[in-house]
Order: sequence, then structure tokens, then C-alpha cells
Amino acid sequence: MEPIRKHTGIVYPMNRANVDTDQIIPKQFLKRISRQGFGEFVFYNWRYDSKGELREDFPMNQPKYEGTSILVAGENFGCGSSREHAPWALLDYGFRVIIAPSYADIFYNNCTKNGILPVQLSEKQIQELMERAEAENYELTVDLESKRIFDNQGFEASFDLDEYKRQMLLNGWDDISITLGYEEDITKYEEQRS
Amino acid sequence: MRKPKTVIEKIWERHIVKEEAGKPDLLYIDLHLVHEVTSPQAFEGLRINNRKVRRPDLTFATMDHNVPTIHRNIIKDQVSKTQMETLKKNCEEFNIPLADIHHPDQGIVHVIGPELGLTQPGKTIVCGDSHTSTHGAFGALAFGIGTSEVEHVLATQTIWQQKPKTLNVKVNGTLGTGVTAKDLILAIIAKFGVKFGTGYVIEYTGEAIRNLSMEGRMTICNMSIEAGARAGLISPDNTTVEFLRGKRHVPQGEAFDKIAEDWLSLATDEGATYDAQVEIDADEIEPQVTWGTNPGMCLPVSANVPTPADGDNENESTEIAHALDYMGLNGGEAITSIEIEHVFIGSCTNSRLADLRKAASIIKGNKVKDGVRAIVVPGSFTVKRQAEEEGIDIIFKEAGFEWRDAGCSMCLAMNDDVVPEGERCASTSNRNFEGRQGTGARTHLVSPEMAAAAAIHGHFVDVRNLEVVTPS
Repeated sequence: MEPIRKHTGIVYPMNRANVDTDQIIPKQFLKRISRQGFGEFVFYNWRYDSKGELREDFPMNQPKYEGTSILVAGENFGCGSSREHAPWALLDYGFRVIIAPSYADIFYNNCTKNGILPVQLSEKQIQELMERAEAENYELTVDLESKRIFDNQGFEASFDLDEYKRQMLLNGWDDISITLGYEEDITKYEEQRS
Repeated sequence: MRKPKTVIEKIWERHIVKEEAGKPDLLYIDLHLVHEVTSPQAFEGLRINNRKVRRPDLTFATMDHNVPTIHRNIIKDQVSKTQMETLKKNCEEFNIPLADIHHPDQGIVHVIGPELGLTQPGKTIVCGDSHTSTHGAFGALAFGIGTSEVEHVLATQTIWQQKPKTLNVKVNGTLGTGVTAKDLILAIIAKFGVKFGTGYVIEYTGEAIRNLSMEGRMTICNMSIEAGARAGLISPDNTTVEFLRGKRHVPQGEAFDKIAEDWLSLATDEGATYDAQVEIDADEIEPQVTWGTNPGMCLPVSANVPTPADGDNENESTEIAHALDYMGLNGGEAITSIEIEHVFIGSCTNSRLADLRKAASIIKGNKVKDGVRAIVVPGSFTVKRQAEEEGIDIIFKEAGFEWRDAGCSMCLAMNDDVVPEGERCASTSNRNFEGRQGTGARTHLVSPEMAAAAAIHGHFVDVRNLEVVTPS
């Protein structure tokens, strides 16, 4: 996966709690057998009308948010299905960072396997970011090395991330190669058990 | 004296391959279940990197999400067809056992694992599917993973996991007549919320849990993920052992008694402690119906749908308004006045023989209400065969239900079993998310009995007020 160290981008505010992976990528798009090309279907049922036309009244479709790469959302983001198509779709659309008060476990994990940085901030901090991003074309910088988030208007916050996951994201490591380095341990474990 | 441990800690300790400071534990996986939707990219990853499947003998695949439940030989959707053919090719290439669409063992992955005895107490079980938590009913540590992790488990038979916190959900008392495991888990989620289990593995304990059949326990553990918990389990006991006795993949004869002894030793020790605990009284639970767009938006059948004014704060009021709008409900109306056009009895939550028997007991001698389309989708071919041997299919068919072949079907509507836009379904599945059963479809989650009663009446009714006929 592509490493992520420091990222600056336009914020898209999604002021909803419990956004589930069925919303992020509806099931009719799960039949493909590759990891690519899911971006155009992200939040499909909200972004498109029943005829398949882009809905102009859905904020994400507005020019103001074109090129957005930082998604700010409500609590329990990514709940529901384990489908990794959800982070694939977000990444393919252009999101590299998600900021929310809390995440569903499987989704959170899936993000870190795909080079998406899931940041956890407080409800109050999220509200502040939502308000700014709703009002204007709002740019934010997320620095994974120093675990800090800031804009050029005085907002600043620090965040925490499991150190192992942080190293994986910073370096873009493939954890299968790392685990295969433990092959002797795995074989030993199998022998002891049989 | 040895420190008392929970079943979760005992299973965890048995499976640590490598423990290092500052890192998650490397955990061994005993059983890896695979289906067609979340695996193709994982196998492709193996091929690109020239990697093998480490333990095909600990891996088992089936087709369930996409499969048609009618006219099996004609798969109109070419993309679905390709996905199924891809799984077949992958299983052949990597030597993985597969119950394909025509195999007598085919069915929903979380129904056939226990049915075949692949699911056993003390095992670590993963699958690229969030409802893998179902297998926790047997005292196994079972959880859903993403496709990257599917690839990781295929290649290494291990997974990196941070040791989870433990949460005891204690259910006191006994469930009343007509109140089922489904009502219990819905009531738990309604009471404690859709994320109270996030970051935890749940153990369900207490008298009401002990009294549940294995089918009921599977329904409970299945929906742990709807409470945010990746895994939920129940300590093994005699009910667990007797369910597994004689199943194809468990040891037979004396060897079974020996392994059963080990299984029972995994039960949580008296005096073991958890990181958190909640309690609920089973006696107070009524049959439940979800009214909104997540499983926590759920009320007793005797209640009225909330209005935005019932929200505790502005955010909650907005959420209620949003859900009412999607669901086409006004707020304030009685749950029993909600009329439905579709009934779905099936899914990894409620498609086992015991579920079908209970639904049939309500259906027998009745007719599906005019204007209601009702389908039964058995969880596996085995369930279907057993139900037909008992004549349960006849009860459903005579009442006007469609009797289908096994698969995930209308739970997530990846095949042709779709609820049309704006229409309403009483469903025994696990998720009432927007668009889950079809774009614009409106889902109400209920027990098999409640779904059956809704099929007859065309609206929700309290099953406790119905006369129940036991199918002979």
C-alpha cells in the first residue's frame, strides 16, 4: 500500500452517525473481482438518484468539495459488514484520511491495511471541523509522524494511533511479508499442537 | 491458586504463536471459512506474490451471498456468475474444499460450519464476513475479517490481533412464551446501543442464555457485530456437546468424549473477571420489531414508533427524523399498525431447522395475507432436506409461501431476491440499514414467529396473542 506520512487536503463533512458499510458501498457493487474502480460507487444511494443521475442537492457532489481527500464523520463510522470494498471505494474516490469520534472495529482495521489513516478526535473537535468544512472550502493537514492535525487558522489537535499500525501506515508495509518472517514460529506452533 | 479465567482468555492463550512487547499478538487460526464475495482479491494477491495457501486442510469454502435461490442452473447475472466461477477456480488451484452451488452441503457459511461440525469449542475461526461471530455460540473465538486479512490467513494461517477487552452481557431470568433469542438480542442492542460492544469480545452469560438451544445461541452471537463487537461467545456446556455429537467433522466414539471433556474445561471459571459488564432481565422482554435504519432502533411490539421529539438531544432527534423519513413512518403510530408487503424468513441469523419449525407452527392452517409476498430460504441444503422430511415445506407452501433453495438471499439482496423501492419487509435477518434489502427498501427485523404472524395478518401482531399449532 501507499505510505502516508503527512497529508494536506480539502475536508468533506458528513454529519451523520452510524454510517454503515452498506451506505459506503452498496452490495450491487461487490461482485467485482478486482480491488480497483469502486470509487465512482462510493455512497451510491446518497450521491445518485433512482435514474442513476448525480444528485446536485447532495453536498458531496457540489464543486466546493471537488478533490476532497479528508472525510470527517460522526460516531461509529463504518459499522456493519466487513466488506473491504468500503475502504477500497473511499480510497479510490480520493480519501486518504478519515476523522471520526469512533469507528467500527473491522472497518478501522481494513482502513489501515489500505493506506487510509483513520483518526479519532473528540465529538467537540469533530463539530468544529464540521462547521468549518460546511461553511467554506476548508483545508486541513494531518501529520502521522508527529500525530498532529492543524489548519492555517489556528485549529490544532493531537491524536493517538496504535504504534504498530502507525509504522505500517508510515512505511506502507505489506504485513504478509512481515509475518512470513515468523514462519519458523508458526511451524513450531503447529508441531507442538499436533 | 490458579487465577480464574474467562473462556475468551483461555482460547486466546492457546493460540498465541508469538508475543512481543509493543506489538499485537500473532494468533493461530484453526478454521478459515471462505465465500465468493470477499475472497477473489485475496486469491489474486497470493498469485501476484507467488504465495501458497499454508493450510488448505483448515480452510473451507462455499457459495452463499450471490447464489440464486430459485432456478439454480440459470444464473442471469454474468458478474455474479463470474464471481462464483472465480471461487471454484481458486479452490481448485489452491486445493481448498468447496461446497459449490450444487453441492449437497451448500448453504450459508455460518449455517454449514456448525452443521458439519467444523465449528467446535475452543477454535479460532475467521471468515471475510462480519457475521462470523455466529460460531461463538459454540465457545469458539470467531470474528469477521477484511479481504486483506483473508489473504493474510490464507498465506500464513495466522492473524495479528490486539488482545481484546472482555464484556460480560449477563441475561437474568427466563424468556416468556413467544419471546425468542432474536427478541433478546434485539432488546440488548436497543438497550445498550449499536456500539456498546466496540473494542470488546462479548461473553453472554446467565440463566436465560444457558436455557437457549444451540440455534438460539447462534442467533444471539450472530448479532454481536450489530452491537459493535467483532466476536461474541458463550461458554461450552452439555447443550454444546450434545449438538456436536455425531457431526461429520468431530471425532467419533471415545475420542469424542475425550475432546468433549476438554471443551467443557474451556468454560469461564467461577470468579473470573471482565473488563466490563451489563445486565438485562429476560422476563421483561417482549417480542421486538425494529422501526428504523439500524438494529438499535428497535421497540417492543406493544410500543408506538417514536417521534423526533423523543430524541434525548438534537443529534438523536435528527437521526430519528432521518430514519422515519426513510422508513416512510410518521412517528407516534402503533408498531402493530405498520403494514408490510414482503416477508423474508432466512439468513445466517434465523434460517436453521429450529427457526423454520417455529415459523411453521404459526403458519400452519393459515394463509398469507393477500398482497403479501412471503419467501422462506433455508440456511442450507441440509436444513431444506430435513424440513422437507418433516413436511414443513408443505405447511409453508400451502399457506402461500415460496419455498426456496439455500443462500443469503434477501438478507442483503445480492441475488434476485430484492425488496422493491419504497416497499416494506418483515425480515428475520440482521440488518435494517438503508438499502440493505434493495435500494429504497424498508426493513423491519423480527423473529421467525413474528415474521410468520406478519405474513398472515399483513401487519405486525404480537405472537403471544395468537393460537399456536404445533406441526405434527
